[in-house]
Amino acid sequence: MTAEGSAGTEGAAGVAGAAGAEAAAGAARPGAAPRELQARFEELIAADERVEPRDWMPEAYRKTLVRQIAQHAHSEIIGMQPEGNWITRAPSLRRKAILLAKVQDEAGHGLYLYAAAETLGVDRADLLDALHTGRQKYSSIFNYPTLTWADIGAIGWLVDGAAIINQIPLQRCSYGPYARAMVRICKEESFHQRQGFELLHDLAHGTPEQHAMAQDALDRWWWPSLMMFGPPDAESAHSAQSMAWRIKRHSNDDLRQRFVDISAPQAEALGLTIPDPDLRWNEERGHYDFGEIDWSEFQEVLAGNGPCNRQRVAQRVRAHEDGEWVRQAALAYAAKQEAKLAAKPAANLSENPSETKEVVAA
Amino acid sequence: MSTSSLVDNSLVAQYALQLGDDALILSQRLSEWCAHSPELEEDVALANLALDLLGQARTLLTYAGTLEGRGRSEDDLAFLRTEREFRNVLLVEQPNGDFAVTIARQLYFATYQYELYTALRESTDAEFAGLAAKAVKEVAYHRDHAVQWTLRLGDGTEESHRRMQEGLDLLWPYTAELFAADSVALALAETGVAVDPRTLRPAWEASIAAVIEAATLTMPGGSWQPRGGRAGEHTEGFGLLVGEMQALHRQFPGAAW
Ligand SMILES: [Fe+2]
Ligand SMILES: [Fe+2]
Repeated sequence: MTAEGSAGTEGAAGVAGAAGAEAAAGAARPGAAPRELQARFEELIAADERVEPRDWMPEAYRKTLVRQIAQHAHSEIIGMQPEGNWITRAPSLRRKAILLAKVQDEAGHGLYLYAAAETLGVDRADLLDALHTGRQKYSSIFNYPTLTWADIGAIGWLVDGAAIINQIPLQRCSYGPYARAMVRICKEESFHQRQGFELLHDLAHGTPEQHAMAQDALDRWWWPSLMMFGPPDAESAHSAQSMAWRIKRHSNDDLRQRFVDISAPQAEALGLTIPDPDLRWNEERGHYDFGEIDWSEFQEVLAGNGPCNRQRVAQRVRAHEDGEWVRQAALAYAAKQEAKLAAKPAANLSENPSETKEVVAA
Repeated sequence: MSTSSLVDNSLVAQYALQLGDDALILSQRLSEWCAHSPELEEDVALANLALDLLGQARTLLTYAGTLEGRGRSEDDLAFLRTEREFRNVLLVEQPNGDFAVTIARQLYFATYQYELYTALRESTDAEFAGLAAKAVKEVAYHRDHAVQWTLRLGDGTEESHRRMQEGLDLLWPYTAELFAADSVALALAETGVAVDPRTLRPAWEASIAAVIEAATLTMPGGSWQPRGGRAGEHTEGFGLLVGEMQALHRQFPGAAW
């Protein structure tokens, strides 16, 4: 649950270098790691330097990262569904273009993140399989439905907003490829956040019906957004170890507080009311106090019983299965082209380099 | 806009509407693929195509609205016309089908748009010439995307070969309308504002034939040539597309978004 809807890398190519296989081999070394390797790893962490794919790392560290980055990637692509739901109905061409571009960005984030995970010696295909079979999760926020156009604004403002707060510290995460991915992705997420805010602002200052639509969206998305930061610190299973490894830098509750502190005045600027009677500025603490979160709802959604869990996974699986023959065709075609190239004498090869290039660039 | 006043503005507006509606409706269809693509890379690519087309549509519809002088914006034209008032060709409104059908539609239409915009760069109308100069680069990519996939599917597996051929055959009849002697285009072609659609056919056909051959596929044929889009006579599924696109906008008359 830590990482919500976004992450990325400075570029898939940079991340998915040859180092991935090495890292996997190193990590898979049987028995206890030689003491120097462990010491070197701990030194890196202590000095707040980056661990790179070529570096030795403890297996538990690698596993934690794979789990987190994969979950992050899955969140990006599942998140395309609730937003994609409104592309064909966007009420103006300008808004349609903004939403299309946003959803396209999210697909790109997914690509960067799967590439970052692959530097740890796993395959995108295997990670997708884990998503499809429920062995890996995605952010629970996307198990809520987008019922009106205002939900698109609420997602941009709150969900991308929460993602940014989660991800800014991840730009300094100890694992290099993940940290670098975050830098690029955070930039795009802040666009999304601003666009969502602007969309809601126009609604909140539009007709009474539009205002009501915006308020209704805030009513439904506020609490699930707070849950995006994960369970309270006392109950967070992985937090302590992740903090020690500097994968994580702030506790769930600290990040949640930061989100409330930022969002409360923004809601005021929108002219909307946050659905929490206990929300008020606490002069002494220098923070907003806010009401109790209904963690039983969180647990229910996490357990697969949110409004859209089944629908989201089913659509993902259907798209994947429907696309199987296409992916098979691309593989078969690439194999044929390779065989043709191999059969050709080298002299012929250079005759039509452009053709060769096209074929290779799948 | 720089064209002499001898040119009938309402004709130019109609031409802008034809090209703009083609781009808008194909963009709408392509965006239906979002989160349904065979792989993540295609979710990115298809959204990219849809975005380019939407950009072209916005320029063209805005221009049409300006020329007709009734104060209609791009949104008025997109969301407040009835389905009988849309001027797009039937090809672009055809349902997505499987991935092969979508690729066949892309191959036919992007190749056509590439030839059209290449010629339209020379338009005596500065607005069209400017749009074409920019858009021709976009559709060159669209065409390349469709060509690459036609090759992969045609020369991939037995199943993909069969599906690609079926997609090409299914949509072939709708390609005739792209090159039909439309009265608006013909009248404007005389003054160099528009392109005579008939002149685009030879280059288009040669290009399509070469791709189909390289993909080990067969050139479709047949004499059925459905048309009517330019006159607002569309296929049955079009009403649903328009209904979906306009529903929210029409639900709140006069609201700004
Ligand atoms: Fe994202
Ligand atoms: Fe985002």
